[in-house]
Amino acid sequence: MTVQTTAIASVNPRGLAPERVPQRRAGGPRRFLARLPVRILLAILLVIMIYPMVWMFLGSFKTQGEFLNEPFWSLPQSWSFENYVSVFENGFGQYILNSIIVVFPSLAIVLIVGVAAGFALEVMVWKGRGTVLLLFLAGIMVPTQMILLPLFTIYFRTGLTGTYWPMILTYIATGLPLTVFMMATFFRSVPREIFEASTLDGAGILRSFWAVGLPLVKNAVFTVGLVQFFFFWNDLLIALTFTNSDALRTIQVGLLNFTGQYGAVQYGPTFAAIAVSVFGTLVIYLFLNQQVMKGLTAGSVKG
Amino acid sequence: MERVLGDKRAVLILLGPALLLYSLIMLVPIIWSLGYTVMDGNPIVGFTFNGLDNFIKFFNDPAAWSAVWFTIRFAFVMTVLQVAAGYGLSLLYVFYLKKASSTIRTIIFFPIVLPTVAIALLFTRLFEAAPTTGPVNSFLNLLGIESVDWFGTPEASFWVLILMGLWQSMGFYGVLLYAGVLDIPEEMLESARLDGAGGWKLVRTIVLPLSLPVLLSSLIFSINGTLKVFDSVVALTNGGPGNATTPLTLYMFQTSFTYGQYGYGSTIALMLTILCLLFTVFIFRSTRRDLTKD
Repeated sequence: MTVQTTAIASVNPRGLAPERVPQRRAGGPRRFLARLPVRILLAILLVIMIYPMVWMFLGSFKTQGEFLNEPFWSLPQSWSFENYVSVFENGFGQYILNSIIVVFPSLAIVLIVGVAAGFALEVMVWKGRGTVLLLFLAGIMVPTQMILLPLFTIYFRTGLTGTYWPMILTYIATGLPLTVFMMATFFRSVPREIFEASTLDGAGILRSFWAVGLPLVKNAVFTVGLVQFFFFWNDLLIALTFTNSDALRTIQVGLLNFTGQYGAVQYGPTFAAIAVSVFGTLVIYLFLNQQVMKGLTAGSVKG
Repeated sequence: MERVLGDKRAVLILLGPALLLYSLIMLVPIIWSLGYTVMDGNPIVGFTFNGLDNFIKFFNDPAAWSAVWFTIRFAFVMTVLQVAAGYGLSLLYVFYLKKASSTIRTIIFFPIVLPTVAIALLFTRLFEAAPTTGPVNSFLNLLGIESVDWFGTPEASFWVLILMGLWQSMGFYGVLLYAGVLDIPEEMLESARLDGAGGWKLVRTIVLPLSLPVLLSSLIFSINGTLKVFDSVVALTNGGPGNATTPLTLYMFQTSFTYGQYGYGSTIALMLTILCLLFTVFIFRSTRRDLTKD
């Protein structure tokens, strides 16, 4: 509405001016005052949301002495990267590497098999597909705790314990229900005629999937991939269960154990470690926030 | 064409890998886990059949009941508050900020993508009382209130967990519900306005009833997530003080991996699953009844 009025005003400023000016004079200050409480509330809310991040960032440059003797709002006395150096000296580089080694293969496999399954369940016509879809859906609700102990036994018996495989395999299994379900939903929004036309043109179903279906849901695959990335990257439960040595720790498990490595809390390094672990997801959000918001909310409404 | 779209071999090729992985790593372990509930032991010492002992133990175990109670209380308070806060935000976005809400939506949403472990460690410091006075206690001191030892009492720890959860998730629920409120047809709001309904009356009579479906799915999503709370508890309070903030998820984890009782651990996991099912059905039922009454 505001866009419309300004557009009209710019076309015919004289005609509208006499009408609008008195209105503004009468309603202006009162309207401003009426809106003031909500504005203040909103400002406080934004400070509460953003301040912890600012505090974390500033804290990552402070020394132990500054933490113990200065009030929390003091600025760091120097911008030295000493705390960050100590974080990486404590194995954080390895933790980040472990997270990458575990998360990306899981992501690739879950997307490839999940998209194919979504296609088979939604586009193709066969008996029992409703049941199979329900079977996948059930996995969204069952807590991961239900599968941890048998999986521990399986990995132990097959000698996979102590490798990256337990984490990768478990991420694939826990990621599949949502991926399959979201992909099925996306395929549902593609008009069936497209696939029917491509089969009439003589394409086999596998070709239809590869050459017609996949390009159509390319953006959806990216969105689902983003959502799953956050789930895998931020996971603690599975990583904690299947890392039995420091060499396997992911970034979350490493961070959890970080404060425990010293006798007293080393504030600066702890803040730097938090900043490092937050950095990745925050940067992704900075650039892709619209897709992330769309993906995360789509993954829940239907789930 | 139907022969092509129903090609059995293609179904096998496309669905096979996903179904195989899912069955082996998800479905088989779920059934297997049920088998563990009547066993005692762990993979290293072996398993022995012990009938319903695990269930009897569960019902006579004060720590288990304390965990059940904490889980339910946390899930209930967290769900109500985060959906309410999210709904408030969504109304703010739609009716107050309107087109200008995009930036604020994006800012308030961001904490949901951060790792909970990192947020929890940050909140430990935010609420710290000693040796350093964190921002929260400093603020209380400023108002003339003495520093609170937030992690020293069960009650205070509970509320720090809730506040942290709210900080992390309210922007998410704000956006989730925003889409639902936005779907309310403009004509219905306009005709209600012409009838003289404005402000709270408009919200109560038109907006709230029309956003019930999206509120319902938010509630179900929220209760299912909060009943499974794990990361934030482990990183913020580690279940303490004592076991006052230990949910079923953490109790299951400790029972299984600290004490090596796989049978009892599986029983606790099963109880958690039943709890999730019960709550989902309960919300479904109670809201459906309300809808028919209207």
